[in-house]
Amino acid sequence: MRNAYLEALYELAGADRRVLALIADNGAIVYDKYRRDYPEQYFNFGISEANMVSVAAGLASCGKIPFAYTISVFLTMRAFEQVRNDVCMQRMNVKLVGTGAGFVYSNLGPTHHATEDLALMRALPGMTIFSPADASEAYQATMAAARMDGPVYLRLATGGSPKIYEGEQGSCGQQNFQPGQAVLLRGGNDLAIVGTGAILLEAIRAADELEREGIAARVINIHTVKPIDREIILRAAAQTGRVITLEEHSVTGGLGSCVAEVLAEAGQAGVQLRRLGLVDSFAESYGSYEQMKQRNGLSKEFVVQAAWELMEN
Amino acid sequence: MDEALRKELQEMAGALRGSIFRTICRGGGGHIAASLSIVEILTVLYWAVLRIEPRQPRDPERDRFVLSKGHAGVALYAVLAKLGFFEEGVLETFGKFDTVLGGHPDMHKVAGVEASTGALGHGFGFAMGQALAGKIDGKDYRVFALLGDGECQEGSIWEAALFGPQQRLDNFTAIIDFNKIQAMDRLEEIVSVSPLAEKWQAFGWSVRQVDGHDVGQLAEVLGSVPFEEGRPSMVIAHTVKGKGISFMEDVPIWHYRLPSAEQMETACRELGIENFSREQLV
Ligand SMILES: Cc1ncc(C[n+]2csc(CCOP(=O)(O)OP(=O)(O)O)c2C)c(N)n1
Repeated sequence: MRNAYLEALYELAGADRRVLALIADNGAIVYDKYRRDYPEQYFNFGISEANMVSVAAGLASCGKIPFAYTISVFLTMRAFEQVRNDVCMQRMNVKLVGTGAGFVYSNLGPTHHATEDLALMRALPGMTIFSPADASEAYQATMAAARMDGPVYLRLATGGSPKIYEGEQGSCGQQNFQPGQAVLLRGGNDLAIVGTGAILLEAIRAADELEREGIAARVINIHTVKPIDREIILRAAAQTGRVITLEEHSVTGGLGSCVAEVLAEAGQAGVQLRRLGLVDSFAESYGSYEQMKQRNGLSKEFVVQAAWELMEN
Repeated sequence: MDEALRKELQEMAGALRGSIFRTICRGGGGHIAASLSIVEILTVLYWAVLRIEPRQPRDPERDRFVLSKGHAGVALYAVLAKLGFFEEGVLETFGKFDTVLGGHPDMHKVAGVEASTGALGHGFGFAMGQALAGKIDGKDYRVFALLGDGECQEGSIWEAALFGPQQRLDNFTAIIDFNKIQAMDRLEEIVSVSPLAEKWQAFGWSVRQVDGHDVGQLAEVLGSVPFEEGRPSMVIAHTVKGKGISFMEDVPIWHYRLPSAEQMETACRELGIENFSREQLV
């Protein structure tokens, strides 16, 4: 996803001199081509995330379009009040780009895991949140963020996320990325799995397995966490009666909370809902990303198990 | 310094470098250059300065050491293992599933780790809290914190820099690993923190500068804190990032990277490591 973002940013910077890449001592090699061709549209703030965000807001107030990039935790949490006051309160056209969504930096431990970032960013007035599922979607989300006027938080995994969509980079398969419009990845009327980000891979794996066992699971990709696509959620709830949310994030304040709010407010609180994510915990253990998904209850087996539990009710 | 002691400390530093290298290579990668840069500092602290007892890691009277640049955790693990805070064999689990030794140290998982660090700009203030608690309780333990030079770009460092002298924390000593390189490049190319000594002096710290690879100088300076009564002490240690492995020394790309098979051979030769094969990596 990171490379797809950089590819998009490279194109954007070439087309519009107002586009600036801001970084905080993160991403040496991946920025080489950009630095060579657009050295005047590149600023490294060093290890000073809070200052990077304040300066980004100031730049935006003078018509620039800054993309401030670093590890998600440091961007959304270290600099939280800068995001709130300087970017959101003053409605600045700043794009915040965080890498290392969820616990993809598995071995680096919880200081480097972004598992509360959605809750924080979602609470901020005027913030748009894109959480792409793979590289092709990350490319499109970056382009969409540039087209919008206003704050955007772009939540990226890192290099090497598996494909969710078939086809060329940036094509998102046959889909065109529409902000606020979730994507139906799989049809099915027995239950719905609503997910966001790279963890959707596990939803698809689970849906494949459930299909072999005769259960048709619908899979929905919420690539825009805010504003959320209420329609697709309500339709899925009405048509299947069973909803599982899946996120590489705390269930408190994240996608699971969003979906619960949508359902409850629409009077569909009777729908069976199971939220998969971190439950009042930091991501446990170290190891590979795959091992971490398993250890933290987010790999496909857990989705399948939750599906069976809902089916039996 | 006594020649025998100097030799002993130097040998210990050499052994620790070997341990760090093996641990990181076996674990499939880590912050190698940042760990090699602080070996002598840790050696002198742990074998000549800190009043600690590995069998009583929670003794309330103990001196505390906080690794604010937590990404060099492997260097700390190597030290703690050598001292017997945990079995040396545990080092072999680094980077493996369910290890207790993460890429950054966790105080609830590893005996001897005084603060869970990894996000830069936290450990310094955290350690200062431990020093302040010591003052409040009238205890005579001392607190030491080790910072990166790049870490000094964080605003929180300078908030704490103001606070320490205000509270007259002369039981607190900070050491800056001044290797002049951060993650991507040299500080001078990104955001300079120079002149470092003058900055800390201006903030009210009592400052000394040392060669951070000279165990004699380190022992003398770290053994004489506080430098002034009523002031926190600051030791600026001039170091070489990647120290001990020729092709890594002072080369920014080695911030986080695994050596190739050929490079491993060279490194092993330079560190005096025998019987370390590539097969041991898997
Ligand atoms: C708040 C924060 N921002 C960014 C990082 C990512 N990071 C890890 S190490 C590092 C560079 C540290 O440089 P320095 O403090 O000079 O230590 P050195 O590696 O040179 O020993 C960075 C940017 C981090 N761990 N924490």
